[in-house]
Amino acid sequence: MEHHYSVVVEELTRRFGEFVAVDRVSFSVRDGEIFGFLGANGAGKTTVIRMLCGLLLPTSGKARVEGYDIHTESGRIKENIGYMSQKFSLYDDLTVAQNLQFYGGIYGLGRAELDRAVTAAIATTDLEAHLGKLTRDIPAGWKQRLALSCAILHQPKLLFLDEPTGGVDPISRRAFWGLIYDLAEKGTTVFVTTHYMDEAEYCNRLSIMHAGRIIAIGAPGELKARYRKQTIEDLFIDLVRGESAAPLSAKEGEGAQSL
Amino acid sequence: MRARIYAILRKEFIHILRDPRSLVIVFLLPILMVLLYGHAITFDIRDIKLGLLDQDKTPAARELVEGLVSSDYFRLTGVLENREEISEAFLHRRMIAVLIIPQGFAASLASRTQSEVQVIIDGSNANTATVAMNYIKAYFVTRSLQLNALVMRTPIDLQPRVWYNPDLKSVNFIVPGLVAVIMMLICALLTSVTVARERETGTMEQILVSPVRSLEIIAGKTLPYILLGLVDGIVVVVFAWLWFGVPFHGEPLWLLGYALIFIYTCLSFGIFISARVPNQQMALMMTMVATLLPSILLSGFIFPIASMPRLLQLLSYIVPAKYFLVIIRGIMLKGIPGPQLWQPALYLVLFGTVLILISVKRFKINLEG
Repeated sequence: MEHHYSVVVEELTRRFGEFVAVDRVSFSVRDGEIFGFLGANGAGKTTVIRMLCGLLLPTSGKARVEGYDIHTESGRIKENIGYMSQKFSLYDDLTVAQNLQFYGGIYGLGRAELDRAVTAAIATTDLEAHLGKLTRDIPAGWKQRLALSCAILHQPKLLFLDEPTGGVDPISRRAFWGLIYDLAEKGTTVFVTTHYMDEAEYCNRLSIMHAGRIIAIGAPGELKARYRKQTIEDLFIDLVRGESAAPLSAKEGEGAQSL
Repeated sequence: MRARIYAILRKEFIHILRDPRSLVIVFLLPILMVLLYGHAITFDIRDIKLGLLDQDKTPAARELVEGLVSSDYFRLTGVLENREEISEAFLHRRMIAVLIIPQGFAASLASRTQSEVQVIIDGSNANTATVAMNYIKAYFVTRSLQLNALVMRTPIDLQPRVWYNPDLKSVNFIVPGLVAVIMMLICALLTSVTVARERETGTMEQILVSPVRSLEIIAGKTLPYILLGLVDGIVVVVFAWLWFGVPFHGEPLWLLGYALIFIYTCLSFGIFISARVPNQQMALMMTMVATLLPSILLSGFIFPIASMPRLLQLLSYIVPAKYFLVIIRGIMLKGIPGPQLWQPALYLVLFGTVLILISVKRFKINLEG
């Protein structure tokens, strides 16, 4: 079966001085799938996302996002992606509605477009009742929904979610994943990082990162079968332990090829 | 492009209007500063408390003292009987200068030998002491010449006139400087803090993943402060004119134009700094040290540059406020025609442009950090 790819990454590397944050990473994300990056803090997940969003230049390697080169066409990429960071990046002293207007505005939406986009976004995320409140006064779960709404106003083809559920209660987390599924169903490709094992199970495909490298990649069920584990959690702990004891470059290669 | 700049600009105004601190800085501080500086900082000292120790007690001695205290500068606050009382009077701050007329003053005056008069001044406040001493010296020089003139013609008759600020009112000199300081405060300090805040909360990153260009961000974030800086500058000038009667001799439109150039320099300074600091605290500190303090201390706002040590004089060349002070004092107090002030203005433009160019570049590279 032929796939169209939303993201194609080859041998992407990023160093910060001596430290290698991302080490020759290769993978692809198919159009319309929910692609997960699972890894501990500092594994290099955020660094990969930042490079793909045009916030950071790679030290070496290639990548294309929605068909555009990250080295030369970051402007085009930015028009086609949405990004939500773990900090939620909202203005606390603006109301919910004002945050939406602002983020719609910087994507160049005109007044009519903006109104339509805001209406659509609040319908998806149920924010209606909070529109007039100051953002600092609403609970974390609602801030998260607002941040998501802000990121999808311009209807991006690809949505990056960098640890979108940090600091949010389990019920809100579950509801949030419901929203992610809705978006994917409507054709948005979702690229999400997480360190929650249960969330990893929700992804169509998953790549496990450790110390700057991808150590396994595939659908959650496939991975569990391949390594004969009951849960992703067992799998993750086993893989990371094995990696720490003796890094197996063969395994990494296998992971990258199993696309 | 316009929609994007407008979105940022609108949001920036909401920030300012919702934050009580920025409201105070923008709307209250300028008036407070004019009142404070206008009333408190004055180099002319009046009513110097003068004591008298008259050991001669003659009409000639009394006449001498009367001449001195009939001016606004001195007020007779006590008559002493002996020298021992002087330190007592200084300690209780009843007087800061004591005039001692020794016995035989009138007699030696009459015999045309040199008569001696002594003044003792409390030097614990060096400024006041210097001014008091100069006043007294000037008085006695005039007095001696007058006495001499009774017998011979004065060889040189000096007739001083002070132009542009005939009464030597300090407030006339201070207010133009205040305009510069307040513009610096709003345009450099507030901008650098607001940009640093976006970096701190991660919203800058969120803006940078959108298709907004660096120049659009800078325009949207600075336009509100350009406007406020200009409005505050006008408020200060008008208020000083109404309240203190500070004159305005030149063309207001030229001043407005040059003020815009100065604001441009201030903003570029603020952006330059904010591109280099991780958070609001650092932005505040850095802007204080790099822009506000030099604008107050090294620009000639209060302390004359000519009397500074060599090193500080050299430093003052890179203080933008110094150049704007030349412009605003020139226009307000002297009525210099606008075009003649192109040199300091050119410097401000160059200064600002260099900083802005570095910052735009830095904004892009900053994606790295």
